[in-house]
Amino acid sequence: MEILAALTDGILIAMQPHNLGLAVIGVIVGLFVGALPGLGSVNGVAILLPFTFVINEATSDPASPMIFLAAIYYGAMYGGAISSITLGIPGASTAVATTFDGRPMALQGNADRALVTAAIASFIGGTVATVFFSGFAPFLSSVALDFGNPEIFALMLLAFATFIGLGGDDIPKTMFSIFFGLLLATVGFDTISGEPRLIFFNDREQTAVLEAVGMTGAAENVPYFDSIGWFSRGIQFLVLAIGVYGIGEMIWTINASRYKLTMTETKISFSRIMKAIVGMKDAWKGTTIGSFLGFFVGILPAAGATPGSLMSYGVAKMTSRNPKSYGQGNPDGVAAPEAANNSASTGAMLPMMTLGIPGSPTTAVLLAGMVIWGLEPGPRMFEDRPEFVWPLIGSFYISNIVAVLVNLAFIPLFLWVLRMPFTILAPVIFVLSVIGTYAAYDNMYDVWLMVFFGIGAYLLRILDYPLAPAVLAVVLGTTAEQKLRQSLLLSDGDFAIFYSPFFDRDGKGQEWWIAPITTWVAVILILLPIILWAMKKIRAKA
Amino acid sequence: MKLMKTLALTGAALGMTVAATAAQAFEPSKPIDFVIMAGKGGGADKMARLMQSIVEKNELASVPMVPTNKSGGSGAEALSYMSKVNDPDHSIMVTLNSFYTTPLRQPGLKVDNMAFAPIGRMAEDTFVLWVHKDEGISTFDEFLAEVKSRGNKWVMGGTGKNSEDNIITDHLNEAYGLDIKYIPYKGGGAVAKDLAGKQIQSSVNNPSEALGFYESGDVVPIVAFTNERLPMFPDTPTLNEASDEADFSYFMQRSVVGAPGMSHEAAAYYTELFRNVYKSDEWQKYKNDKSLMGDFVSQLDLADYWAGQIANHETILKASGAIK
Amino acid sequence: MRRAEFVTAIILGLLSAYLMWKSGEGPEWDTEYVHWSNIGVNIDGSGPGKGFWPFYLALGMLVSCIWIIVNTIRRTSPPSQSDEPFMDAYAKKMLLFVGGGLIGFLLLVEWFSMYFGIAIFMFYYMMFLGRHPLFLSIVTSLVVPFWLYLFFDIVMTKIQPKGMRWLEDAFYNPTGEFFRSQSLITIALCFVISGALLALSARAARE
Repeated sequence: MEILAALTDGILIAMQPHNLGLAVIGVIVGLFVGALPGLGSVNGVAILLPFTFVINEATSDPASPMIFLAAIYYGAMYGGAISSITLGIPGASTAVATTFDGRPMALQGNADRALVTAAIASFIGGTVATVFFSGFAPFLSSVALDFGNPEIFALMLLAFATFIGLGGDDIPKTMFSIFFGLLLATVGFDTISGEPRLIFFNDREQTAVLEAVGMTGAAENVPYFDSIGWFSRGIQFLVLAIGVYGIGEMIWTINASRYKLTMTETKISFSRIMKAIVGMKDAWKGTTIGSFLGFFVGILPAAGATPGSLMSYGVAKMTSRNPKSYGQGNPDGVAAPEAANNSASTGAMLPMMTLGIPGSPTTAVLLAGMVIWGLEPGPRMFEDRPEFVWPLIGSFYISNIVAVLVNLAFIPLFLWVLRMPFTILAPVIFVLSVIGTYAAYDNMYDVWLMVFFGIGAYLLRILDYPLAPAVLAVVLGTTAEQKLRQSLLLSDGDFAIFYSPFFDRDGKGQEWWIAPITTWVAVILILLPIILWAMKKIRAKA
Repeated sequence: MKLMKTLALTGAALGMTVAATAAQAFEPSKPIDFVIMAGKGGGADKMARLMQSIVEKNELASVPMVPTNKSGGSGAEALSYMSKVNDPDHSIMVTLNSFYTTPLRQPGLKVDNMAFAPIGRMAEDTFVLWVHKDEGISTFDEFLAEVKSRGNKWVMGGTGKNSEDNIITDHLNEAYGLDIKYIPYKGGGAVAKDLAGKQIQSSVNNPSEALGFYESGDVVPIVAFTNERLPMFPDTPTLNEASDEADFSYFMQRSVVGAPGMSHEAAAYYTELFRNVYKSDEWQKYKNDKSLMGDFVSQLDLADYWAGQIANHETILKASGAIK
Repeated sequence: MRRAEFVTAIILGLLSAYLMWKSGEGPEWDTEYVHWSNIGVNIDGSGPGKGFWPFYLALGMLVSCIWIIVNTIRRTSPPSQSDEPFMDAYAKKMLLFVGGGLIGFLLLVEWFSMYFGIAIFMFYYMMFLGRHPLFLSIVTSLVVPFWLYLFFDIVMTKIQPKGMRWLEDAFYNPTGEFFRSQSLITIALCFVISGALLALSARAARE
């Protein structure tokens, strides 16, 4: 009851005209920032951080600056789906799963339906998460504390288990793609050993090549290739994602469409949009799975919204009566990841506010914003700063409603993009890919890598190599490896820490159940298709 | 070819006129590239964005200051980028102790850290030893006894390998004959959370990182690695007070440096700019709230301070075997 | 297609072997390091070395490649059954013009700044690959970089590469100073006016 009263007050504060106005502006800015591949919510929030001083001077309400930043974050989460659906480029790792079915829907001329589904699923996911958030924040943050290194690794394993359904029918090519993505994630600086690794063509290799061609002793004045600049920061997610989708897939489409001028016959009409809203009832299942699963994965620090959206897509597909329709433009396949990534993004605010640790890069920047505003997120935040916390939570409800309305209102504009002649749209997409990659990492090396990956992806695409698993593996790879090695460091190289509840971690003889249960579920999920396949073979022989 | 030559000559001429005007009094003519030697959201990033916000809010600079994160290779990327910028007068960087340790550990970088322009040291961050309250430890002697009884099952979490946290842990192991296992994490926040969740047994977080859990009573400070007690934790002794034979303190610098080759006029301009940031109420409040120490040190004094720190870190890293 | 499938799998297999070798590599400055000594699961009681995870991933890649080669020989994968060419003449020409155009674009960005690069690339693509009228191509390739300039460099202060120093001093610094001193409304107005210009020329081109 106390919570309800506090929440009502919070919502009322968030609905005051100045805060409502900020939420609307923030959502619109976020929507466009999120829709541009590369810029994304991280940059949107980081860039507009200093702007909050202007807001504070104008309103003198302690909650206003954060309401504005949170609205940008929210808007960007909605916006991510827009570039996934209309351009086919996931602007953020959380929106990769949205391309799987959103893009086919757009190509079939149902872009409006895909956008509406994404918007409404996002709204439901965000609202479900906000309700959980306001009701059970302290309890949920204690759950998050129980997830240490082995638990997070087991969770990553569970996310990988859902990969199995994502590739094509060609098993070795899917495997190659997963391994390759995971390996790309290891390039660069290794946190645990404190050393660089897989720095391609480093000074040692350059010298070796020069000596091989007979330039011995010239090592001092070699034509210096800056391997540190190229690889020390590692291979970032967007470099691969924009390369694969913005360049590779685009070249493939140009080749496939052969001089045809328009891409799709997209009609824009009010009645079609209304029909799409009513059609949401077909996607209730994906929405439900996404809203709940997304939130619980999202509150776990270090996991973030990407495994949440991916696992929701996987689960929706696994439990579907017609799994073959996924990837061909099934609205459930848009609803599940979109509900999940909004739900998880709200969830990711929870460890940030109650534990002071960000679950994603964007919440990290929001955290920096809170610090600048003299707030120290931590376990006592709810008790110490209620005048700030509750209006912010209240603004989640408001921002959600604002975001879905703004998003629906802007759909005709985004559809208009699809009606551009393809010979104008294609160079615009290339340009956005280049400028977006640069904006994301401030680095020309990454832009070059992005284009090389794109051309390589096009060649592999012709040969039916599925590349979505590689793109997702790059996101999850860093965390997975780090948690695996931290756990094995703890256990002196003993894998029992993952599968046995009786492994003694701290010399006190405690039992740990979360990691083993998660690991076993993941192992069963990975093995299940193989067992079923083997049983089918045996039965066929008998 | 001829065209290129003409262009290059024009370029050189333009560069010269710019240099000539700069000799009088430096005023930035384009957005300042403000490099952060760490990823988004970390301690250094928070501080850098606070500095940027203070500059923007008080309108201390006539052009925007644009933060860019270059976190690769524990600062290697940032250092090598800064050594190669084409306009050193508009490139500054926020640094931490990896400014000393990274060039020492990665000689292949060919970076000379004394070539960077000393602009200003904004603060020195402090380190405190923390344990979970359920361990029932409150003094350093109890800590030593408990760690010894646990053998190699006592785990210390920290940010990065051979980093500040690792150096302190190595020191504890060596000076007191302990066998603490050190697990590197990506950021201080994750360490603090795992300590509160009893996934690790101790940490040497900065006060700013552990403050939330200290206030909620989950974690307890044991000793501070400073020369005097921290005003925020008056009951927590320094290591030198808690242990008779100890003579150890360790700090993390939070400094702003200019790219190698920055003109003296530009360096003077940025020193003045950051002196104003340092003096601002926001910065002073932040410094007190987060238990930061250290006065504003600039120019030659800062270079002297670096020389001392570099020598100091070389000794420490050699002793621990991280470098040869 | 079959030959391309085979050759690709072999190239990727060689890449995997190189990555396996590369995983066992030590830091460049450590001359006493023995190759392969960092791929163990528990080295000196401090857990897996830095080469452990990439080594086994690269091994997994190699195994997948061998499997792909086996499938190619047994003709069980679709590309290995196909008689179509890997790339026909159109595809080759298209890759050359588009891929080459992109690389040229990036070189322009390195030397002559992001926005000039965009202008030239847009013009090249629309005029020569898209075969749009000259007038429309020119207007589009001026308006698009102008929009992006206003959005990234001025409004969001997300500074893009400026190319060679003389170009920056002679062109971008005065331009930046001019636009930064304008109000947001003026900038929005610039945005809308240039957009209207683009829409008008598109309409003219259609007729």
